Amino acid sequence: MEDCIKLHYVVDGQDFVSCGRASEDVKRTLKSLGISSQVIRKVAIAMYEGEVNMVIHADGGIADVGIYADRIEIVLSDKGKGIADIEKAMQEGYSTATEEIRELGFGAGMGLPNMKKYTDDMTIESELNVGTTITMRVNIV
Amino acid sequence: MKVNEIISLLDAEVLCGDAFETEIGSAFGSDMMSDVLAYVNEQGLLLTGLCNPQVVRTAEMMDISCICFVRGKKPDESVVALAAEKNIMLIATKRCMYSACGELYKAGLEGN
Ligand SMILES: Nc1ncnc2c1ncn2[C@@H]1O[C@H](COP(=O)(O)OP(=O)(O)OP(=O)(O)O)[C@@H](O)[C@H]1O
Ligand SMILES: [Mg+2]
Repeated sequence: MEDCIKLHYVVDGQDFVSCGRASEDVKRTLKSLGISSQVIRKVAIAMYEGEVNMVIHADGGIADVGIYADRIEIVLSDKGKGIADIEKAMQEGYSTATEEIRELGFGAGMGLPNMKKYTDDMTIESELNVGTTITMRVNIV
Repeated sequence: MKVNEIISLLDAEVLCGDAFETEIGSAFGSDMMSDVLAYVNEQGLLLTGLCNPQVVRTAEMMDISCICFVRGKKPDESVVALAAEKNIMLIATKRCMYSACGELYKAGLEGN
């Protein structure tokens, strides 16, 4: 089997204050492994956007990160309400966020397109009222 | 522009950090962290009227080294402690977003 460091986090959907801790820990781990700052930045931004989405749209979830010699894989899965129209959700500016979420500084509809922009591959699987799984890969160049 | 100069131009109060000599190359002003995550390309200064912990977490993800709270807003102690832990300098000015940004721009600090 290929060598890999695996990180696992439970993201609490009720705790907006702690939201981002998993992404911070990944960032810290990548830094300690001597990964380049460009790669770390991509992973940090993409994962944080996904972590925030799980908290504000899906009542929390699970984050699994695999660090390989040539890539970093991030899998975010939740049992939230799911995404009705993925194509629409991927458009810049599309958001179902409430006024309450906007007051917290989120809900511009920029997260998913930003995750796509900062990763080398991203797939979204989602089923209404079942949940969403987002898989992202960032190559280590 | 050094953090020191930003503090004096904005007549800002220091909430935590001592990176007075840090050179800031550019700045970004927004109350939406979504926009910070989507539009900021360079680490530098973030001006915002939002005071929750996600401001500090966003700054951490973006490698932003200094946050200036505008309109006299100040985050609570737990947010200051979080920033201190992450080595992010926090300052606060009574000026509103427009005039704080304008003052810095006029003095030569460009946008992102
Ligand atoms: N994990 C998720 N579960 C359910 N719905 C989601 C999830 N992630 C995203 N969505 C849906 O997709 C939309 C677009 O997401 P995106 O991250 O691009 O924007 P946003 O979260 O609304 O705002 P921003 O990311 O700019 O703060 C959301 O408004 C929401 O309807
Ligand atoms: Mg989002």
